[in-house]
This record gives sequence, structure tokens and C-alpha cells, in this order.
Amino acid sequence: MDLFIAIFTGTVIAATPLIFAALGELVVEKSGVLNLGIEGMMLVGAAVGVWASFAGLPMPIAILSAVLGGALVSLLFAVLALTFLTNQYAAGLALAIFGTGVSAFIGRGFGSTPIEALKPLDIPVLSDIPLIGPLLFNYDALVYLSFVLFGLITWFLYRTKAGLVLRTIGESPDAAHAIGYPVIKIRYLAVLFGGAMAGLGGAYLSLVYTPLWVENMTAGKGWISLALVVFATWRPFRVLLGAWLFGGMTILQLQAQAIGIAWPSEVLSSLPYIATIVVLVIISRNRQMLALNFPTSLAKPFRPVG
Amino acid sequence: MMFRIEQRTEPSASMRVGAPLIAILLTLITSSIMFGLLGHNPFVTLYAFFIEPLTSINGISEWLLKASPLILIGCGLAIGFRANVWNIGAEGQLIMGAIAAGGVGLFYPDPESLLLLPMMIVAGMLGGMAWAAIPAFLRARMSTNEILVTLMLTYVATLFLSLLVHGPWRDPDGFNYPQTALLPNAAMFEPFDYAYRLNTSIVITVIAVIAMWIFTERSFFGYKMSVGGAAPLAARYAGFKESGSIWIGLLISGGAAGIAGMMEVAGPLGQLSAEISPGYGFAAIIVAFIGRLHAIGIVLGGLFLSLLYLGGESVQLTLGLPAAVALIFQGILLFFLLASDFLIFYRIRRVERHVARSAA
Repeated sequence: MDLFIAIFTGTVIAATPLIFAALGELVVEKSGVLNLGIEGMMLVGAAVGVWASFAGLPMPIAILSAVLGGALVSLLFAVLALTFLTNQYAAGLALAIFGTGVSAFIGRGFGSTPIEALKPLDIPVLSDIPLIGPLLFNYDALVYLSFVLFGLITWFLYRTKAGLVLRTIGESPDAAHAIGYPVIKIRYLAVLFGGAMAGLGGAYLSLVYTPLWVENMTAGKGWISLALVVFATWRPFRVLLGAWLFGGMTILQLQAQAIGIAWPSEVLSSLPYIATIVVLVIISRNRQMLALNFPTSLAKPFRPVG
Repeated sequence: MMFRIEQRTEPSASMRVGAPLIAILLTLITSSIMFGLLGHNPFVTLYAFFIEPLTSINGISEWLLKASPLILIGCGLAIGFRANVWNIGAEGQLIMGAIAAGGVGLFYPDPESLLLLPMMIVAGMLGGMAWAAIPAFLRARMSTNEILVTLMLTYVATLFLSLLVHGPWRDPDGFNYPQTALLPNAAMFEPFDYAYRLNTSIVITVIAVIAMWIFTERSFFGYKMSVGGAAPLAARYAGFKESGSIWIGLLISGGAAGIAGMMEVAGPLGQLSAEISPGYGFAAIIVAFIGRLHAIGIVLGGLFLSLLYLGGESVQLTLGLPAAVALIFQGILLFFLLASDFLIFYRIRRVERHVARSAA
């Protein structure tokens, strides 16, 4: 039973950074922009979070700094993709490379010194319920935040007018522009939001999950988040499902011994990446489902005429 | 005074060449500002970064040594990029090529055989091609986006290499370091001068550049691929098959990356270890872009990015910055290149506000 609890809670925790980054990218892609630079933004968030923590800032401020850091670097991508109308794939790649370098620069000198991590919240009565307590109520604040954000984003996208406008821009920016909506401005906001969320995801990794700084510590989680959005066919709830799947894969390598799987650690470490490929293939085979949910103007530069 | 953005009636030819140069200039300016902010004299650092490596023969040897794999992979990648085949996983293909070649070099029964080096070249090429065949198949047959597949496979390749050098291929006399035994002499490229590291593998790169030029500028298949990338609907109407472009684009870039991996192992490295490439596979993407996907541009781009690498290494030593800092400059270069490309298609015009003159 302890093993089950460990795997369950471990999966939720491992999924959390993916949920942040993928939900952010979902909003960005719903507005018609494809930002490949998530890995760079997450790393910047992670590095800034560590820097802020070592600078003595309290945890909430450190997390906020990481969020701002992610948003700031995403601005570089936004200017290129939205104002200069560059190829969004290339601009996103540039951001990923740049962000990786910047994070290494910010994180230099921190070695592998551990940080005071964010502790799990102890909810007065609920945490002590025998089985459900440890399964559902013993997480840190950011885990709960991820679910709150999931609810907010779903509500925003599908129940508010602003969300409808955003989705319209993603489907047909020309139509939205003709009606008079500021397409470029809204896309800027979406990209910044995506950057903030990626920064949050990175901060979770460096401040909670493994509370220290290691170069390249996201190890591809940004790219996996990108795959998650496709896997989820741009629907928020499926992002959660996908994140739990990958979280589970990640936990598998930690708990493999306990379960009795004796594969070499490198093989276990490669499972999340192989799983990403497998789910991508499965989703891509169903071209109809993809085509139905795919934001039509995704990655196409938009130039307002008239 | 306001600026207005106007679309040009046709893409500006002069800016096509000018944009990379503007991008390089802006990158240099930004780097000097950054160094200035760090408290170092920007001119001194720029000199150390870009000029000093070229002042000694050893420097030139290192410069060409690093440029060689970048140009080789860049040529391969450009063939794919022209056809909208985005191979982002050249790094993984490089690793698999290195593993294949290293395996042949380490385990072939006759370590003095003259066939060893050629076999390793073929093995490296096949290793990279095999790794690239996976995303090619998945895209051609199952419409799976090759960007993510090639990237994921890069992580898998890195883990596979780690598995080999920590386990079955580890040198028993190597004090438990995660590295293989040294390759036999017959399996290594001969340096031009034993005092420097530049070796005969550079010939492969030269051949590759010529072959790439012929393929893209003079061959019908190269033409088909370029049309497929530039105007996919027109290509389909003309009967040019997309799947052909996908396979060729990925296999050629994978093969090039694999040979580059082999060149590293049979050259400056001499063995396999957990880290065999400082990100050549990713830097080559930038080389391909800055070279405008043309053979000559790629050569120049590769030479410039090699300078960035050398500069990054010297900055690592003198300023104590981590090696990944070179990525900052690569990223900035790509940012400026993309931004400068804007000037090819659009013009910035100054517009004077007209003030109505009212009768006094």
C-alpha cells in the first residue's frame, strides 16, 4: 500500500511542471502561435527561481521571479514571431537555445547546493484521513495551484467571451481582425502567459521537485510538454491525462527497484521519451481528430491588412 | 516621425546576403555590451573571442577542426530544410553514428586493417541514417511531426551512449571512467601535422559541400525537394512525391550527422565517452539557416559558428563562465538573423505626419 501511495503521489508531483508548461502552451497555440521554445523558458524559470532563492528572497517571491523570467524571455519570441513575422519554428528554436544558455549563465556558481524546498501543505483535518489523506491532501501549494489554473484556463477558454475571442483568433485571425479585435496584441498576451506558465513549471522543478540547480535540469520536459499539447488535441483535460501518463513514466524509473523491474537506469530514463513518440504516433494516425481540434491558423504569420 | 512597414514588391536580393551580415554585426555588438556589463572591457573580450583564436596556427587548426562537422551536418540539414523536413535531432544521429563507427573500430577482429577507417565511415553514415529512418518512417507513413520525434530520439541516443560507456563498452583498464578503450591507430584519421589536431577528415567535409551544391543546384531531385518545401501544393500538382523528400531529407541529414560523429570519434576524441559533442547537431541548424541553405553560405556560417565555439571555450577559461554560455551567442545570432530576414520582405519607411495648415 505504501508503494501505491508513493507511486500515486510521485506521479502527481512529477506531472505538475508538465501541467504548468503544457497548459500555458495550450493557450498560446489556441491563439494560433506555435512556441517551440518552452524548454528554454522553463530553464530560465528554474534558474531564476534558484537565483532568487539563494539571494534570500522568500519562496513566493522566488516563484514570482521565475514566472517573470519566463515571461520576459518569451517576449523575445513574441517580437520575432508577431511583429517581425518570422518563421515561428525557427524563432521558437532560437528561444530554446538562447534560454538554455541564459539559464546556464544565471545558474553558474550555484553548483549543486540544495535549496530550502517548498514544503507540502498540512491541511488541518483532511491530511490525516487514513488513506485519502496522503493520496490527495499532502501536496505542496503549487500542485493545488496547477489544478486551480486548469480550472481557470478551461473556464476562460470555453466560458468567457475573451476566451472565445482568443479561440477565434486561433481559427481565423483575418475574420477576427475584420471584426475589429486586436489580433497581434492578444497573441502577445497569450505568448507572455505561456512564458509565465513555462517559468512556473521550471520553478517547480528547481524549487520543489529537485531543489537545486543543475544545467539542463528540465531534461526535455519542455519538449514533452509540447508533445502533450498535441497529444491532448488542444483540450485542457487531456493535458492533465497526458501529464499524469508522463509523470507515471518518470516515477517508474525511481520506483522500478521497488516494483521489481531490474532494467538499467538509462533504459528506464528513456521511457518518457519513447512514450512521447508512441503517443504522438497514435494521435497523428487519427488525422481527422487532429484536424477537427487543430487551431487552423497555427504557426502561420499574421499580417494585419486594412 | 512615424515608421511604416511596407511589403516589398519582390524579395530584396541584396538583403538576402546582407541579412546574415547584419545579424553577425548585431551579435558582435550585443556580445560586447554583455561583456561590458559583466565588467570586462568589451574590445579586449571581443578580440579574445574572435580574433585571437585565428592568430596562431594551432588556433586555425582548431577553427577548421570545429568548423568541419558543423559544415558537414549543416549541408545535410539544409537539404532537408529546403523541403520543409525539420530534422532537429541531428545531435542524436551524430551520437548513433559515433557509436556505430566506434563499435566497428573497437571490436573489428583485425585492428591493423586498412579497411578499418573506410568501414567506420560507412558504419557512421549507416548509424546516423538508421536513427533518422525512424522519424522518416513515422512522418511519411503516420504523419507524425518529425520535430518532436527527432528531439525525443536525441535524448534516447544520449542515454544509450551513456549505457554503453558505463557498462558493456567501458574500458577495463580505464580506472572506471565512463569511456571506452582508445581506438587503434588504423582507426584514426591522420593529422596533417602531429603538433596540431586538424586531420584528413576535413576532406570528407569538402566532398560533402561539393556534393550538396551539385544536389541542390544542379540535380532534378534537389529541385523537386526545394519546390516541395517552397510550394507544396504546386509540387503535388506536378507529381513530386512528398514521401520521397521526407526520406531523402532525413536520411541525408542523418547520414551526414553520423559521419560527423564518426569524424569526432576517429579524430580529436579517439574514443567514446559520455559526452562526444558540444552540441554540434544543434549548432548546425543555425549554420544551415545563416548560410541561407546554400552550400557557400553554409561554409561561411560554419566558419563563423566555429569561431563562436572557440570564443566560448576561451571565455570559459578566462571568465569562468560555463560552456553553455556559447549557446547564448548562438541564440542571439539566430534571433538577429530571423529579425534581419524581415528586411528581405519588408521595408521600413519613414512617414512624415502631415500637419494641416489652417489659414491664419
